[in-house]
Amino acid sequence: MSTPPTSKTPVKKSSNPIPNKERIKMPRQHMPEALPQVRNKQFTEVNLGYSAELARQEALRCIECAKPSCTKDCPVGVKVKEFVQLIVDGDFMGAAAKIREDNVLPAITGRVCPQEDHCEGACLLCNKGESLGIGYLERFVADYEQQHFDVTTVVKAPPTGKKVAIVGSGPSGLTAAGDLVQKGHQVHVFEALHEIGGVLVYGIPEFRLPKKIIREQVDIMRAMGVEFETDVVVGRTVTIDELMEEEGYDAVFVGTGAGLPQFMGIPGEHLNGVYSANEFLTRINLMHAYEFPKYDEPMVDFRGKNVAVIGGGNTALDAIRSSLRLGAGHAFILYRRSEAEMPARIEEVKHAKEEGVEFQVLAAPLEFLDDGKGWLKGARCQKMELGEPDSSGRRRPVPIVGSEYEIPLAVAIMAIGTTANPIIQTTTPGLATTKRGYIQADDTTQKTSRHGVFAGGDIVTGGATVILAMGAGRRAAKSIHEYLTTGEW
Amino acid sequence: MFKILNAQFIAPGIKRFVIEAPRIAKKQRPGQFVIIRVNETGERIPLTIEKSDPEKGTVNIVVQSIGKTTNLLNSLETGDSILDMVGPLGKPSEIENFGTVVVIGGGVGTAMAYPTASAMKRIGNRVITIIGGRNKDLVLLESEMREVSDTVFVTTDDGSYADKGLVTDKLRQLIENGTRIDLVLAVGPIPMMRAVADMTRKERIKTMVSLNPIMIDGTGMCGGCRVLVEGKSEFACVDGPEFDAHRVDFAILVQRNAMYRDAEKRSLEDYKHEVESKKTAAPAEEVACALEAKK
Repeated sequence: MSTPPTSKTPVKKSSNPIPNKERIKMPRQHMPEALPQVRNKQFTEVNLGYSAELARQEALRCIECAKPSCTKDCPVGVKVKEFVQLIVDGDFMGAAAKIREDNVLPAITGRVCPQEDHCEGACLLCNKGESLGIGYLERFVADYEQQHFDVTTVVKAPPTGKKVAIVGSGPSGLTAAGDLVQKGHQVHVFEALHEIGGVLVYGIPEFRLPKKIIREQVDIMRAMGVEFETDVVVGRTVTIDELMEEEGYDAVFVGTGAGLPQFMGIPGEHLNGVYSANEFLTRINLMHAYEFPKYDEPMVDFRGKNVAVIGGGNTALDAIRSSLRLGAGHAFILYRRSEAEMPARIEEVKHAKEEGVEFQVLAAPLEFLDDGKGWLKGARCQKMELGEPDSSGRRRPVPIVGSEYEIPLAVAIMAIGTTANPIIQTTTPGLATTKRGYIQADDTTQKTSRHGVFAGGDIVTGGATVILAMGAGRRAAKSIHEYLTTGEW
Repeated sequence: MFKILNAQFIAPGIKRFVIEAPRIAKKQRPGQFVIIRVNETGERIPLTIEKSDPEKGTVNIVVQSIGKTTNLLNSLETGDSILDMVGPLGKPSEIENFGTVVVIGGGVGTAMAYPTASAMKRIGNRVITIIGGRNKDLVLLESEMREVSDTVFVTTDDGSYADKGLVTDKLRQLIENGTRIDLVLAVGPIPMMRAVADMTRKERIKTMVSLNPIMIDGTGMCGGCRVLVEGKSEFACVDGPEFDAHRVDFAILVQRNAMYRDAEKRSLEDYKHEVESKKTAAPAEEVACALEAKK
């Protein structure tokens, strides 16, 4: 039974011919994947994407809830039910446009968003079996749009005459830029590195998010009118005050991401062969070290070696799966809690296991061992057990006395999180920071202590996910637009 | 793209570039550096800023041919461009009226020390400069340094110019003569900086060194440039590049800078081979054309 449409909220009648009680029995369509033993040797994408047929088949499973919890649980509020219905109708460009109303980077979120924590986790189909493949559908629609996108059809909003500077071209910055340009503001994005995309480019490997996808999404934004400038470290090359006072920006959004990689502070972390995940992944992703010597950036030789990544998040899994692709003989994750506490996406854990990554959980290194010539030769580790929950709500790992053991290692990669990058905070007078050095910003407006300056993403929250950063970018864009149109702070 | 307005060798294998980079020129302070990427397949490397002209919007960098990237860079001429240049990076030098400052520059390190020496003089310090080079050709910026220093000493390892010996010999003389020294700034090869640090540690003279670890992003993101400072990891790109010499673990710096020695060697060999084959390829083509014409 569907509610009759009222005149105020016209609801399009579903063209899905399958009764709801049949839909819930339909199995979820699997994502076609490259074979594990083939893909773990190359950097090409693992997930191959739905065909139009698979997408339509999957879209038919949506039970079209009256109050869709998927949208409610999406940090940017994608209208899932509506875009899925458009897929059922075969109107893929319409579906893309529908997603774009709330999400300017659908080809990216369709690939890297932890859907199980948001839309898919909230999907009512979970009660009956598997959730709707919302991420897969989003990816399909976005890729379809990409193939059929016509730059000439982009309609630009009438200019407001207001200028906004976006600092950082990662997920929060790109989202804010996309939303603001659609309101007619002049948007200029500053990026410190030589490529646009921030963590999407330097952090996430090609096999999970091809660079081509990012470039195409950025090209769409360019067509929409967003200006990009690389090689600018705001705070060093130009300060926020100079942007506002000398370059005439009416508002600034700071989305500079997380910063300095953390180390454990254990002996041997300076040995050659010990990397931060950020450095390792930057060498691979941004600098193409896996294509040495075609590209100049070098990497130590991984072939046949024992490689361990310390940590259990998506970054850790990206690093260990990249290590396999560099030829590591034995690749494992060292994580101090159990698999249940791992913050990584479920799909990444599954993919990593299929590819041959070994998980040594409830273990942590105590010391890295020197081969006598300054190179890593192994680690002395300790086993852990789980104690009481800590402030994060996860059970605290407690060392087991006398459980020390040694493992031989040629490379160790630390993926245990980051701390705040200080450049903006130390060069912007009056910008309030938290105890841990992150920028203080309001949870809903993303306003900072400085008039006209907004901030969001990891530089406010500390290391989180792409979609949470995008949510912050979206909220910031909304309040920047309000500020620019009303003048009220 | 960053246009090279002028490129000139100032010593064998050492080239000075004047590059159009208005944003960097406007902001550069003594002690800061840039990161460049020559082309699409290039690596990112940190380089010394000799000086900049905010009015003209230009930045001078001084580059010594060592590996592939610096050789490639030094093959560029006036009118060519560098794909990426980002900066100014790092914390500026602390410029204060310390009293007497001894500025020590070794090789291309002299270019990095020059703007700091200049600023130290301007604020009222007595500046004693010691420039060291392996030989006469590798003594850089002597006349520039004379303009901003009260006294300049020059040493060459082989005695081909000025005093034969090392910069530390001159520093020892100054100390033994009872010269009051309030601060030493040393910029140059690691063994030189380490020797200076060892000498001034005993004398309890505050000493700063500008470190040059392997670096990628230069903004505090990757952690590749971490140096061990009194047992603690610090990042040269955001916490440095200048550090208190007496707290730096130089042995770790040497060890970490050698991490990619094999790859660097291979890159350089490949590059030289490529340059050679280009040189010989050109006449070969001409021959082919001539043969073609005969047919």
